[in-house]
Amino acid sequence: MNFLRDFSLRMAPADARLLPEGRMAGPMPWVIAIMMFLTALAAATGLSLSAAARGLDADLAGRLTVQIAEPDATQRAQYTRALTRELQKLSAVETVRALPEAEVTAMLKPWFGDGLTSEDLPMPALIDVSMRRAGPADLASVRQTVKAVSNDARVDEHAQWLAPLARLLGSLKWIAAMLVLLMAAAMASTVVLVARAALNSHRQTIEVMHLLGATDAQVASLFQRRIMLDALLGGGIGLGAALITMLLLKYRFLALGSDMTESFGPGAFGWIIIFTLPLMGAALATLAARVTVLSALRRML
Amino acid sequence: MTNIVQFENVGLRYGTGAETLSDLSFSLAKGGFYFLTGPSGAGKTSLLKMLYLSQRPSRGLIRLFGEDMVMMPRESLPQYRRRIGVVFQDFRLVPHLSAFDNVALPLRVAGGDDKALELPVREMLAWVGLGDRATARPATLSGGEQQRVAIARAVITRPDILVADEPTGNVDPDMASRLLRLFDALNQLGTTIVVATHDLHLISSIKNAQIMRLDAGRIDDPTGSLRYPPRREEGPQ
Repeated sequence: MNFLRDFSLRMAPADARLLPEGRMAGPMPWVIAIMMFLTALAAATGLSLSAAARGLDADLAGRLTVQIAEPDATQRAQYTRALTRELQKLSAVETVRALPEAEVTAMLKPWFGDGLTSEDLPMPALIDVSMRRAGPADLASVRQTVKAVSNDARVDEHAQWLAPLARLLGSLKWIAAMLVLLMAAAMASTVVLVARAALNSHRQTIEVMHLLGATDAQVASLFQRRIMLDALLGGGIGLGAALITMLLLKYRFLALGSDMTESFGPGAFGWIIIFTLPLMGAALATLAARVTVLSALRRML
Repeated sequence: MTNIVQFENVGLRYGTGAETLSDLSFSLAKGGFYFLTGPSGAGKTSLLKMLYLSQRPSRGLIRLFGEDMVMMPRESLPQYRRRIGVVFQDFRLVPHLSAFDNVALPLRVAGGDDKALELPVREMLAWVGLGDRATARPATLSGGEQQRVAIARAVITRPDILVADEPTGNVDPDMASRLLRLFDALNQLGTTIVVATHDLHLISSIKNAQIMRLDAGRIDDPTGSLRYPPRREEGPQ
């Protein structure tokens, strides 16, 4: 509330002239542009990884594949039918779908080419299972059911296959979040240094204003305003450069032709966060400038 | 006549050195005109600094406008500073602002809007003979012109107290006389004027002025007219 009240006490816009440099005159907007560029990239990476991890979780949670590695085709088909029937009876199971042989053959096509049949290469039967509930007891009941039908059948949990990838995505997401925080800290430190330098170079003006009866809030608002505008300008440039970089990377990802990389992105909520980064940066810079200037002014009578 | 300034046993020491000012006890009457004289190094500027609230004393009591300024929280000081006009010895104009903007600065600090201050600032500049130099920056003005801008800035708000440190040091006698007439006119309107100067001609030109002589950090007040607490209530002679 004090912050708002002090803003209302600021002097007329004409007094912005009290600090002489024009826009983009000092290094500050450019330093903030570089920092915002890196922050936006780190944030976009972190948010995209977070969205990918969430997508992976949603895809894998409660998905199982039952693999029946029976060499005899007739026996394999019997096991498949029996298992499909038995699994559908379980309350924890939502859907059960036996994959047709053509579908299994199609999966192997990239390695073996066209015309592969089970006579050329014995292929296991695959049953795709979606669980309604995927607790340890539910999974145990599935395993028990599968074992009761065939000793040669195996249950693979999708989540288990891709657990290392999910953990890697999680780690990368936190590293990106840490980078964003570090960049924010670096930006605040830069603003503190810039504000101190500005205070020194405008000391005479500040002393005169002080003796003419300007309040600390009035003096601080001049610096806040200047630094906020510089931060907004630098932040906008940095974000613009980051968006161009992201666009170029998106084209590269699309060129890979993979479903996973095509959908890789920060998501709608992530984009909102990325677009508000310059505003958050400007707010942080304004706050850092205010604290610095006020603490310096308190050393004067 | 009421006192607008009261100093009681005021001492000022910079760092751990000897006292620059010692045992200052005096009062200034509201609406009085005072000249502060004394040799260089006597402590005139230090005394003025305490008067315009740029420096707190090391000891003693200072009351301005009836308020204790020594114990006053610093957040409350700006409202009192706005009632004091100051002409600094080194002018202290803001170098990148025009003469107009320098003179307008106290009005802007007080929250005045640009439209309302246009006329008084132009009139004040015209009065100090700088009507045609409103857009000039301090670096392009002569020493005397800068001094006149500094004086215009100090008096534009019609302060209750005007403190001037050697205000006519860089102007010709004619301009000095005009500036003094401005101070006198302000004084007639009720402003208490304190002018530090070595200029005896200046001192003799204001009939009702009292002289405060500072010597080696102490007020030389043989008549006791400035004495605080007073022997008797005393206004400008």
